[in-house]
This record gives sequence, structure tokens and C-alpha cells, in this order.
Amino acid sequence: MGKYLAMIRMRFLMMLAYRTDYYTGILIYSINIGAYYFLWNAIYGDKSSIEGLSSMQMTTYVAVAWMARAFYFNNIDREIANEIKDGKVAIEMIRPYNYLGMKTMQGLGEGIFRFFFFSIPGMLLVAFIFPIELPHEPATWGIFGISLLFSFIINTQINLLTGITTFFLYNNAGLIRAKRVIIDLFSGLLLPISFYPIWAQEVMKYLPFQGISYVPSMIFTNGYSSGDIGMALLQQLIWVIILIIPIQLLWIVAKKQLIIQGG
Amino acid sequence: MSDAIQVKQLRKEFKSVSSRSGLKGAFRDLLTRNYKIVPAVNDINFTVKKGEMVAYIGENGAGKSTTIKMLTGILEPTAGEITVNGMNPHKEREKFTQTIGVVFGQRSQLWWDIAVQESFRLLKKVYKVSDEQYNDHMEHVIKTLDIGPLLDKPVRKLSLGQRMRCELAAALIHNPPLLFLDEPTIGLDVLVKMKIREFLKEINKKYNTTILLTTHDLGDIEALCERVIMLDEGQIIYDGELQSLKDNWAEEKQVHFQFIEPVELHELQSLPLPFTANWVYDEKHQTYMAMMKEESDHISQLVSAVVSHFKIKDVKIHETSIEEIVRNIYEEGTV
Repeated sequence: MGKYLAMIRMRFLMMLAYRTDYYTGILIYSINIGAYYFLWNAIYGDKSSIEGLSSMQMTTYVAVAWMARAFYFNNIDREIANEIKDGKVAIEMIRPYNYLGMKTMQGLGEGIFRFFFFSIPGMLLVAFIFPIELPHEPATWGIFGISLLFSFIINTQINLLTGITTFFLYNNAGLIRAKRVIIDLFSGLLLPISFYPIWAQEVMKYLPFQGISYVPSMIFTNGYSSGDIGMALLQQLIWVIILIIPIQLLWIVAKKQLIIQGG
Repeated sequence: MSDAIQVKQLRKEFKSVSSRSGLKGAFRDLLTRNYKIVPAVNDINFTVKKGEMVAYIGENGAGKSTTIKMLTGILEPTAGEITVNGMNPHKEREKFTQTIGVVFGQRSQLWWDIAVQESFRLLKKVYKVSDEQYNDHMEHVIKTLDIGPLLDKPVRKLSLGQRMRCELAAALIHNPPLLFLDEPTIGLDVLVKMKIREFLKEINKKYNTTILLTTHDLGDIEALCERVIMLDEGQIIYDGELQSLKDNWAEEKQVHFQFIEPVELHELQSLPLPFTANWVYDEKHQTYMAMMKEESDHISQLVSAVVSHFKIKDVKIHETSIEEIVRNIYEEGTV
């Protein structure tokens, strides 16, 4: 366990070494939240609610969805791809640890860093500028926390899957980009799932993506009834378990396939 | 268990794509591709005893690095058996890597943007090294490699020589009984090379560390290794002592003469000698060179014959260097 904690610490140090990334990140997220705030304001106009969400809830949804993204989002798929492309994966394989486990820990290190130094101050800032509604009950905060952890795991698992495909494709920059757009779109980050047409909602029920953004954001905005919350969390948990299977299978094949590029 | 490494009938094949030529060929490649199976390592056998320092040499693309990658558990062999430190490297990778140290001369295992000591600290945790062991062992390593002042600098600020010394220290944090070095002195200046060689000799003596190194620098081999394994096109063409490689291949000795007065080549060729010596005139240095087999007292006979007939200014006896031996072997492809 010590080595995994050490890796989280290492990622903290790396995040601190890249200060510019940190500052530009804050700027980009603020612009996004601001833009969506004005967009939704225009859409709502003088309507009090759309698809069961009030305009206040919508603003909160946008703000929390982006702040949650700061926690669950990571680039470990691209990191895996780069390590394979330049042969650095060889170095990872001579160390007594599980490569995917370590990558997950690096993602977690990044997530924790941004949660404390980005999401929380960001949320305070946003709450100050825009009218948003924070949950009153401590229980909601707790459930939101659990849900957010699940969304991190699901997103990381999908990233691992995308990353491992580099072992077979050698260059999967296109796939990585496509995955990113799909997640932003189908996870409910850009548009709450309840705004999609019924048939699309039906399809998305059977996909893991809404567990990434829609579920925690809905919990935070009190958009769920108490029965729905349990179902949503269960759904997240099921996806966490299901996604382990293809990752392990692909990993076994990938290790056999491995070619160290560049000598 | 006195063998650190045992390799039996080891084989690694790679699938390589061969593109068809022309535009038409490129379109056909979209649908189906031609694959060729290329063996990079071709049924090799060898064992390395504990405490040995072995040089694993060969031309570029001979299969050295592929072998190292199989021995360290990175690649899975296509066929054959490997036992290193009593384990199968690929199958028991996580347990196995605890017992080896690896340096890839062309890749860094330190974190680029972070101070060296942070990398050390992480590796210490990864290899589960206790504070006591670490202080006891690494203090010495850091002192010998003279990297103490570099520890708080980020890796990207180090020169290549400084970085390589840190890499070596990083590979030794858990004091492994077996060390793989893949071109550890590539691109380094003579002083750093010497320092690294001295250091390797020292840890070999102190901890009986087994070292397998690949290199193109024959100075490394001469300084460190008694045994050489030579690889060509995926096959072992020589496995034995460095000395006997020299003895077998350095049969020719060259004796260079410089004369005070001009001498004709045919005069030299007609010298009375009980054996044959090939005379060659070296225009660049204005010297004559006799090439001959090194047997019994041939050299003294040659020198006395020359001296008694001509006045000489200078004599040089030149032994075939290991570079020349290796070049000859590479050119002929067999030993």
C-alpha cells in the first residue's frame, strides 16, 4: 500500500511542478461554467422549469458537473499511449508493481490534488458569482461524495481501456479524442440526460457514461427522489464491477503482445 | 542455485508488416496486409553464474536488447525457457523484478520534472526498502558515484553524465543481486565512464552482484568482464573468455619499422627469415610494416634480421586491439 500512496504523493509533486497547467485549468473551467450559465439562462428565458429542473437547479447542475469533472477527469489514457509509443513502458514493467494499478493511483493523485486546490476553491468562487443552491442536508453531501468516487472509478476504467488499446493499435490518438467527446456528451456534462429524447435516454441507460457525470450532479442538485438515488448508485457500482472484466482480459493479451518501440 | 541466469532454447519472433509497393499496393494494404515473421532471437542457450560479470555484445539489431527485455520480464518469449534468480521473469514479474536492477542507457527511469531525491524516495517505497537498509547502502552509493549535490535538482537540469550516475544509483536502491545494464555508458565522456566502471567493479566485489551488460564500448568489456557472449543475427556466435577470444583472433602481430636511410620494399622481402612475413609500406607514416603469425621467437628473429641489415630509427610492436578483433568477427559472422 505504501508504494501506491507514494505514487499519489509523486503525482502531487508533478502537479505542483506544472504550475501553468494549473492556472490555465482554472481559467478554462471558469469560462466553461460562465458560458453555460448564460446559455442556459437564455434557454430558460421566463420559463420556471424545463424537464423537471428549475433554472436555479440548472445553474447548480452546470457548476457542480464541471467541478466534479476536475476530480474524475484525467489523461491516463494519453499517458499510457505515450509511454507505449516512446517505449517508456519498458521502465514500468521492470518495477515490482501493477502497471494499471499505478496508473489509477496517478489518476487519483491528480484527482485529489484538483479536488482540494481547484474544485473546492472554484466552487466557492462560483457560488459567490452565480446564484446556485448548495444542498442543506449533510447526507446529500455524503452520498454525493460516494457517487463522485464511483464516477472517478468508471471514468478511469474507461481511460485504462482506451489506453490499453494502444498496445494493439500503436497509435490511437483518434480513439482517445473520440472517447473524450463521447464522455462529455453521453455522461450528461454538456446536457442533462433527462433533456435527451426518450429513445436516446433508453439507450444510455445501458451505457456506463451517465455514471460519470449525470448521477453525481443530479444527487447534488436534489434532482432525484430518494428511491432513484439508491438505484443510481447501484447502477454505478455495477458498472465499476463489469468494467473490470474487459480491462483484465485486454491486459492479459496486451502483455503478450507488448513490443518495445524504439530499441 | 549457483546460476543467476539460465536460458534454454530461447526464441523471440516479431511479426513485421511488409508494405506492398506503389499506389495500387497501398490500397491493397488497406484491406489485407502482408506479415513476415522475423526471429529476433533464435534458439539461444547460456547460463550465467552468480557473481559473474558478462558482456553481451553484438552489432545493432543482433538481438541483444530483445534478450535483455526477455530476461527482465518485459517481453514474453515465443519459445524456450528462462530462469532468472530461480523464477520465470514474465510469469512472476512483480515478485521477480524485486530481485533485479536495470539500467537502460537510452531511457530514464527517473521522473523528468522532479528532484532526483523524490524519485529515489518513491523507488524506496516501491521496492519496500527500510530506512536502515537505505541509509546503510545508499549513503555509500551516493558517495561513490558523487551524486550528493545533484539530489535536489530536477532531472531535466542534469547533464547526461550526471543523469546516468543517478540512474545507476536508482537501479541499486534495493541492492539487487543481479544487475542488467543496457548500454550504460552510451554517450558519456571518459571520466564518467571510468567512474561508472570502477563503481561496478566495486559493487561486484562487495556484494557479489551478477552483472550482465550490453555495450558497444569495448573499453567497458576490457575493464569489467572476463566473459563475453557475442550475438549475431539472433544467434550466439561466441561464448567464452575474453582472453581466449583475443588469443584466437589476435594471431597476427604487426611490427612497424622506421628507417634512417631509404629502404626498398624488395630488400626487406628478401631478408633471410625461416618464416613468412608480409611486408607493407605505410605511405602516410613513412614506415614499413611486417605482419606475421605470433609464434615462439619470431618477433625477435625478425627484429634481429632487420637490425643487422639496416639502420633503424624506431620500432613499434602493435597488438591487435579488441576493436579490430570484434570488427573482424562481425565481418566474417562466425568465430
